[in-house]
Amino acid sequence: MSKNTFALTQLSIGNSGRVDSLLAQGLTRRRLLDLGLVPGTEVEAIRRSPAGDPTAFLIRGTIIALREEVSRQVLIRAESDERGI
Amino acid sequence: MALLSHTCTKNSCRYRPGVQNQPRRMTIALAGNPNTGKSTVFNALTGLHQHTGNWPGKTVQRAEGSFVHRNKYYILVDLPGTYSLLANSADEHVARDYICFAHPDATVVVTDATCLERNLNLVLQVIEITPRVVVCVNLMDEAERKKICVDVESLSRELGVPAVATAARSGRCLDKLMDAIDNVASGQLKTSPRLVAYDPGIEQLVQKIMLKISPLLPEGLNPRWVALRLIDGDHSIIDALARYLGEGKNSSSHWGEEMALCTR
Repeated sequence: MSKNTFALTQLSIGNSGRVDSLLAQGLTRRRLLDLGLVPGTEVEAIRRSPAGDPTAFLIRGTIIALREEVSRQVLIRAESDERGI
Repeated sequence: MALLSHTCTKNSCRYRPGVQNQPRRMTIALAGNPNTGKSTVFNALTGLHQHTGNWPGKTVQRAEGSFVHRNKYYILVDLPGTYSLLANSADEHVARDYICFAHPDATVVVTDATCLERNLNLVLQVIEITPRVVVCVNLMDEAERKKICVDVESLSRELGVPAVATAARSGRCLDKLMDAIDNVASGQLKTSPRLVAYDPGIEQLVQKIMLKISPLLPEGLNPRWVALRLIDGDHSIIDALARYLGEGKNSSSHWGEEMALCTR
């Protein structure tokens, strides 16, 4: 099976996936890891701001809003077949 | 009788008049992720005698209060919640600068028993700075409701610092927390925190930088921690370091350059 990954930005509201890897480097990468986005972590898209950005995600029991420029750098593996887009 | 009163006078001379055997005030910092019940712990320990004060150079407030335990006077500093010491916002800066540069006698990291894994990241970062840490596994009442068991003894063994399970809302086990704080702050209990070991390449670099910066650092600043931050290249913390060290001696910009040179 091929690794079916896509950017966290593309996860549609109500769906969840698992963190596959982070594209971010340096301090942004560290920040994402500190927020709990470690590979293997389950992430659920909760809601999107009326302006379309940022989006709130449920990460390890806490809801965290991420801007698109940041969530774009998180690669997600779909859980079962819940692939948004 | 005469002898007794004589000893008392002698003692009171050494301390503030009117207060018997008043020891040194100990400062305890309360850190932790947002919403772990830091302020509940704070209020439960201090009985809500809090007043707020400004941390120099910052507009964001921290709360201070006091309590007496085992006949010792403690000042408790409630810090804004933070996920990491790699500060991203003004209140995270307050928490970071306090833990890194104010040298409290002990730091209590309040964690949420219902999502420990998220919280332990901060614990690991704090024990990288100071060994004087107590982990407070709070919200145990909520964890029990969710059928979550926390093996506090193993946690304590793994981390190398004392861990205490509490439910601050109902005041459960706060006496144990105070005992642990006292043991660590007084130095009675020597902790041996389990430090994160980085890749061999990083560790080599850390050793190299530590050799260079150790003579430049004042006592109380952990050279390993400073070396790691220099490798991170986090300018906000390098600037904070330079400000902290610049007080009293050479200008901060000069120091910053010196530090930058050390990483080459």
